[in-house]
Amino acid sequence: MPFSRENPITVQVLGICSCLAVTAQLKPAVVMAVSVTVVVALANLIISLIRKTIPPRIRIIVQLVVVSMLVVLVDQVLKAYLYDVSKQLSVFVGLIITNCIVMGRLEAFAMSHSPLESLCDGVGNGLGYSVILVSLGFIRELFGSGSLWGYPVCEKLGLYAAGYENNGLMVMPPMALILVGVIIWIQRSRNKDLQEK
Amino acid sequence: MSDWRYVKNDGGNGHPLRRFVDRIKPTFSEGGRLSRLHSTFEGFETFLFTPKEVTRQGAHIRDAADLKRSMITVVVALMPALLFGMWNVGHQYALATGEHLGWMGEWWFGFIRLLPMIVVSYAVGLGIEFAFAQIRHHDVYEGFLVTGIIIPMIVPISTPLWQLALAVAFAVVIAKEMFGGTGMNFLNPALVARAFLFFSYPTHMSGDNVWVSAKHFGDALSGATPLGEIMTSTAPGVDGLLQNMSYSMMDMFVGVIPGSVGETSVVAILLGAAILLVTGIASWRIMFSVVLGGGLMGLLFNAIGANAYMQLPFYYHYLMGGFMFGAVFMATDPVTSAQTNCGKWIYGLLIGAFAVMLRVFNPAYPEGMMLAILLMNCFAPLIDHCVVAANISYRKKRMK
Repeated sequence: MPFSRENPITVQVLGICSCLAVTAQLKPAVVMAVSVTVVVALANLIISLIRKTIPPRIRIIVQLVVVSMLVVLVDQVLKAYLYDVSKQLSVFVGLIITNCIVMGRLEAFAMSHSPLESLCDGVGNGLGYSVILVSLGFIRELFGSGSLWGYPVCEKLGLYAAGYENNGLMVMPPMALILVGVIIWIQRSRNKDLQEK
Repeated sequence: MSDWRYVKNDGGNGHPLRRFVDRIKPTFSEGGRLSRLHSTFEGFETFLFTPKEVTRQGAHIRDAADLKRSMITVVVALMPALLFGMWNVGHQYALATGEHLGWMGEWWFGFIRLLPMIVVSYAVGLGIEFAFAQIRHHDVYEGFLVTGIIIPMIVPISTPLWQLALAVAFAVVIAKEMFGGTGMNFLNPALVARAFLFFSYPTHMSGDNVWVSAKHFGDALSGATPLGEIMTSTAPGVDGLLQNMSYSMMDMFVGVIPGSVGETSVVAILLGAAILLVTGIASWRIMFSVVLGGGLMGLLFNAIGANAYMQLPFYYHYLMGGFMFGAVFMATDPVTSAQTNCGKWIYGLLIGAFAVMLRVFNPAYPEGMMLAILLMNCFAPLIDHCVVAANISYRKKRMK
């Protein structure tokens, strides 16, 4: 189950870089999560379809070409329909090409499995990545900026009048790392199999 | 050594409190109704009485000073700085408003301001520690006794209580319990709490409007710390810098300046340092090397002298901000500092040097001590590893 027991972020600890960079607010986090899911699923499918024709010595280059093509497509779509978010995400959409989760799934799974299995694997890993990204975006935007999806929740609830203040640390990338650490901690204490001997 | 002291400290069965504790003990022991709260009970029992259990085998060093006793010694050593700090809170208030309180009135003003912070810090911190002890089925360790009193001493007096509570909770959970509790943390929890506040709520942690308490709780009057004054000074040259300062060296040495409660008075901190050194609780190597490191860095900057701050005489760094408090009470934390003797020297020297460097070079942070200590906390295990490895290779060479 790539959703929890083999979650790409909390168990395999991959894709941390983008996870720190784009989760200060919920909206970019969701867009990023969807983009990565689409890319990893389609890349898995395509590579799996052509896996028998790829010469082993240049397989990484072939994988990169496929991933780059998909990322360029995603980038263009974002620019066309979600220009603001695409501005916010800036280089991180392009950096999906080097996202360890994508490369890792291609190497470890798609190269040796049937197209259908690979597609499912890609979707599963993308969702595992998404669930962490979206929860981080939720927590960080709520406590760091006092809003959700741009809607000023804390202001509407009248919390500022009561002396509440936004937490500046939440919008800094280190806090994302700490939160990931907390999620890993909770997951491991609930699931003893994950603990190293 | 004979066992006389354990017999003597048996608590004396005649004492009413002892009898009460003995009577309720079965309830908390295994099989008792409240056995889940065993560690809570144990924590309070050993707080009241020296435990009867002694090491029966294996250990070759026997001493009456257990963790609880050494922690209490540190708390005692903190008292001069705390009591002076309370008076200073009231004194700064009186200076800022022109109100006449008398020295007892000034102390009382500070005491009333600080008491809620201490209560919140202990309640939140100990609450979490006890909760984790129950969940993990171990006894409550005493590390928080010191952390809980240090935290209110190193934050501005006007820090809102809910922010303080949040910071304490963050420090205890993230810096301590996450890594396994007392003795397992690699960062000083008190400094983590301060760092949390510093980065989360910067408007409450720096600037000129947080250090002097106003009449209402949580409000603050204007008053710059010496470090803040230097930071914003536009006077040309070091002479202009010193002339523009509102505090004399004597003010800073005695501690009648705005600042966090515990950090202002070098005299009171030195008194605490004497207690720690005489009882052998804190490492003199670390204390001395932090001071040395800061001094050397200050002298180096004096020699370069590229701007007014660099030309500031090196001993000013000891008097301003939290340098001495950090050197005496925070850098010497036995859990987070280097363990090898040689490592302690390296660790201390680098803390002092980094603290002064951060102060002079970083315009965003007037105070460098907190970040310097946290940084070296991270490197302490590496320093120890290198010292041990170097020693091994040295001895191997000698064998040949």
